[in-house]
Amino acid sequence: MVVAERKPIQEIMAMVAEYNKILLVGCKGCVTVCCAGGTKEVGILASALRIARKKEGKPLEIVERTLERQCDPEYIEQASDVIEKDGVEAILSMACSVGPQYMAKRYNIPVYPALNTTFIGGALEHGVWAEFCQACGNCIIHYFGGICPVSRCSKSLFNGPCGGSAKGKCEISPEVDCAWQLIYDRMKDLGKLDELAKVFPVKDWSTSRDGGPRKVVREDMKL
Amino acid sequence: MPTFIEGLSDEPRILAFCCMYCAYAAADAAGSMRLSYPVNVHVVLVPCSGRVDETFILQAFENGADGVYVAGCEEGSCHFVNGNFRAKKRVIALKKLFAEIGLEPERVEMFHISASQGGLFAKVARDMTERIRSLGIIGWNKRN
Repeated sequence: MVVAERKPIQEIMAMVAEYNKILLVGCKGCVTVCCAGGTKEVGILASALRIARKKEGKPLEIVERTLERQCDPEYIEQASDVIEKDGVEAILSMACSVGPQYMAKRYNIPVYPALNTTFIGGALEHGVWAEFCQACGNCIIHYFGGICPVSRCSKSLFNGPCGGSAKGKCEISPEVDCAWQLIYDRMKDLGKLDELAKVFPVKDWSTSRDGGPRKVVREDMKL
Repeated sequence: MPTFIEGLSDEPRILAFCCMYCAYAAADAAGSMRLSYPVNVHVVLVPCSGRVDETFILQAFENGADGVYVAGCEEGSCHFVNGNFRAKKRVIALKKLFAEIGLEPERVEMFHISASQGGLFAKVARDMTERIRSLGIIGWNKRN
């Protein structure tokens, strides 16, 4: 899932400083799962903003809404009743950055992101998420025992650990596992260590951040 | 959100979320012991301090509270194993949020009071009242 976290309140306060009534809109997708932008987080941020603005003597009216998803037009449409009838002056979105972009495309009022979209990751334990994918566009984890060197090696190396690996940890932090130690251990368990002797060629990054915005088309799914 | 008692214009309004297994029973004990505590502390019974969500506390402040505290069981004796630890973490998170929005983090607090500690219940109520008095009534809550 996409993992995100809330921007500092002061940054959000500055975004909405000029408005008297806004729509604070959450998303029931990934950002609900990573506890950044679901119904609960909408409630907390709304209260915090109202309190902060009351303190400044300039009350802020906030309409709270959480959509099924903000990355699909049909769900974006569900906010139209609020935006077109309630007289909100701006939208503050608690989705990943797709959400505010879709809201901005549909509604002709200013849209602001309340979250920083951090990475594609998974839960390690309750309240802890880690990066597992950088969406490079050409998955190669099967060569590396199911462990992604692009996202989990700090240097995205493809041919073994660097000189900074020590006792299974990465040189950037003793908290971070060396991905290449993980890969080595996993390949050893699988009895496939010899496969690591092969030199992996330079990766084709043209599927990653190259050639403009990427697009997936499924002709069989199109209506 | 309970209605605060009218006629306390000079006193801060304080909400105390009390766990039914400990702090709320301690309030009963305080009564049995004929101990007095400030009338501006309003007790809200909760099944466990772990039931207290951040939004409850934020909404209390939005609706007129000047201070809020959560009173749960002593550490290690929660009826629901770790509800009081969860409450404590939420209070700590709220203190950080308060600092971000320019409200004194001391306005929200977590206490641990066992069912037999009627004296501690009354002391916490007095201490919290003193603390909020010294911080002052929040601007938008001023009654005059």
